[in-house]
Amino acid sequence: MPINFDKKGIVSKILTFSCVDGPGNRLVIFLQGCNYDCITCHNPHTINHCDDCGDCVVSCPTEALSLKINKVTWDESRCTGCDKCIEVCPNKSNPKTTIYSVRQLIELITKHHHFLNGITVSGGEATLQLGFVLELFKAVKASKELAQLSCFIDSNGSLSETGWYKLLPYIDGAMIDLKAWQDATHLWLTARGNHRVIQSINLLALSDKLHEVRLLYIPDKTDLLSEIDAVSKYLSMLPQQVNIRLNAFQHHGVIGDALMWDKCSEEQMQQFSSELTKRLGREVLVPSIYT
Amino acid sequence: MMSQARLYSIITDSNLSAKQKSHYLALEAEASLPYLAIDEKAQQAIDAGILCDMFEGHAPFKPRYVLPDYAKFLSQGSQYLELDAATNFDEALNLLTILYHHVPSVTSIPVYLGQLDTVLMPYIGDLNEQQIYQKIKLFWIMLDRTLPDAFMHVNIGPTDNIICRTILRVDAELKQIAPNLTFMYDVQVTPDDLLRQATDNICVCSKPHIANYPIHAETFDHTGFGIVSCYNSLPLAGGANTLVRMNLKEIAKKAQSKADFIETVLPEYCAIMFDLIDARSCFLHEESNFFKGFLTTEGLIDESRFAPMFGIYGMAEAVNVLMEKENINAQYGHDDISNQLGHAISKKLAEIVAATDVKYGYKGKALLHAQGGISLDKDVTPGVRIPYGTEPDPVTYVQANAPHHQYYSSGISDILTIDETVKTNPLAMFNLAKGTLQLGYREFTANVASNDLVRVTGYMVKLSDIATFDAQGSRTNTTFLGAEAAKNTGILDRKPRVAALETTPSYAN
Ligand code: SF4
Ligand code: SF4
Repeated sequence: MPINFDKKGIVSKILTFSCVDGPGNRLVIFLQGCNYDCITCHNPHTINHCDDCGDCVVSCPTEALSLKINKVTWDESRCTGCDKCIEVCPNKSNPKTTIYSVRQLIELITKHHHFLNGITVSGGEATLQLGFVLELFKAVKASKELAQLSCFIDSNGSLSETGWYKLLPYIDGAMIDLKAWQDATHLWLTARGNHRVIQSINLLALSDKLHEVRLLYIPDKTDLLSEIDAVSKYLSMLPQQVNIRLNAFQHHGVIGDALMWDKCSEEQMQQFSSELTKRLGREVLVPSIYT
Repeated sequence: MMSQARLYSIITDSNLSAKQKSHYLALEAEASLPYLAIDEKAQQAIDAGILCDMFEGHAPFKPRYVLPDYAKFLSQGSQYLELDAATNFDEALNLLTILYHHVPSVTSIPVYLGQLDTVLMPYIGDLNEQQIYQKIKLFWIMLDRTLPDAFMHVNIGPTDNIICRTILRVDAELKQIAPNLTFMYDVQVTPDDLLRQATDNICVCSKPHIANYPIHAETFDHTGFGIVSCYNSLPLAGGANTLVRMNLKEIAKKAQSKADFIETVLPEYCAIMFDLIDARSCFLHEESNFFKGFLTTEGLIDESRFAPMFGIYGMAEAVNVLMEKENINAQYGHDDISNQLGHAISKKLAEIVAATDVKYGYKGKALLHAQGGISLDKDVTPGVRIPYGTEPDPVTYVQANAPHHQYYSSGISDILTIDETVKTNPLAMFNLAKGTLQLGYREFTANVASNDLVRVTGYMVKLSDIATFDAQGSRTNTTFLGAEAAKNTGILDRKPRVAALETTPSYAN
């Protein structure tokens, strides 16, 4: 199995300690770029790749950003993490991305592996950099020290079947968002239909690689409650060990119209989850924090 | 200073129980004696806030921490207490309950209740799981209600046994402040699922604290050791005769440079601190007659197993002060160069402590300790911890601080704060504990953000108790300390709530 250690990915952020991205403590690699344009996106600055327009450069109070030969560069040592640049970017992008080779990431994971159950690649939409993810997971599985780490992917489910077949041999689990039941609602919320998502969930479930399905509950906006009978009928066909996780719509990070929408309160979440558990006959995971 | 007005205000304080009043009155009485004869330099260092005797009193008449050999006690009974040896589980629990009331400490409540699984296993006979559970549960409730001080510490592990499992089960169920609990972990001996039970408990009630058994065992001889109070590791059948601590921040301010600090100023203050340690322990061993009591004569403790604890705190500030003197822009806990200076200071301290004889020590020496702070500390961080509010993520924290752990033979109070999201994923706590111990941490202590029951240095308080303390007073002695710490150190602002203290302060109104 030849591995291309020089393969590069565009990374928007790395967390070395996360307990909300799959089983156990995980190192999470967030990749820049997404093919959805969700109204409710909590990280809109991960959607597009930077086009070097330079608008953010002057906004930086510590001169961490500069424009060199039409390229925006970011000096991490000067950055205070104030996120002013992200606020002003007209392009839903982020000047603070870093290019990592597979080799560099393997070094980082090795440094942290004692503390980890595994790694998760997330986004943006991780599968848009499929080639990079493949090489990274292959490298983890081929390393003596790291082989026991599980490799998870967090995805919006838009990847084609051919893409999933390439990934299947190297992933241990996938977490997929199901944002709405009706294709029209999904289209309105994400700018894409949900046909591919359902297909991905089915395929992953069949291959025993589906770890979690996530439902984003937005009171009065999503159709997950009005379509609850159909939703639960579908979910109950999934294997019992698949987590059903409910996320409550909150305002953190959100921009634009969705900020006018009501947040999902703990009571609303309870109502939704109890309707769902009643029909599913099993527990679902609910958020522990509401803001 | 003792004044009648002060005594009157203790006596009439509406928030203290009669027992708590007696305790504070006794402290006042001891404080009315002249301080031990100590040399002038030591006095100046105390007055300047550089050295601190932890409010142990002017004339120490009991050791700070006592770790009786409870197994020996159960097997031989006691002439003095007119008790026969235990022959079954009920008798064993009964004997322990009695002895606990005769074990002194700085708080007047025992800080060490024994390695309870090892101590009790010989007495389980043919009791079944349910019977053991019932008895332990009642015993646990008794401890919390009659000895309400969270400095009181039970040890269990590293082996897998029914008492160990039952104690973990009962502790998670009752979520009491007392007793505090240390689980010993030995990678060679402890099965993963037992460690998992312990780390699941942390997600529920912030207990137990996990000790890296092989590292501690190597520090002490075959008679063994125990973890007491706020993560002090001490010889079994012995203890700590005194704890004196130095404020590294204040000492760093007096140095010209990094080199001046390590080569000159620090050793100077260490010498002064050793004088103070000797003065305090000489009084206890030579004047107080403590070691003539039945604990010694019946062999439950041995005078030669008591050591002074050489405590330090304010490492973070000391390093930052020295970096500034060197004109280097780097921060403790975040930059390699600062962290390395911290490790070098710890190494130097360990060398000094290992090279200095004390009059009454364990094998003639004191034991180095990274001290957890007390409720009166302001703008200075406990032990070698990374300051409140500036902590990096837990893994980075551990990697920055792990090299310190080898040096602090009598324990290092280093608490990791973890976001409450871990509660829905206890496996993450398990991963973190395992990694931390694997990296050479002497102990793993975690605090989960939103638990009502949280850790303040080493003992537990209920946040809801702190909120109501001012109005009503509290049944538990340590809530009082927590309330004071909350006011002075802003522990409740800490992102996940943790503070540090380890003392019995005097009456503070
Ligand atoms: S986040 Fe960093 S790069 Fe962006 S504006 Fe703030 S300091 Fe500058
Ligand atoms: S991050 Fe946004 S604002 Fe900055 S250069 Fe790129 S596209 Fe322009």
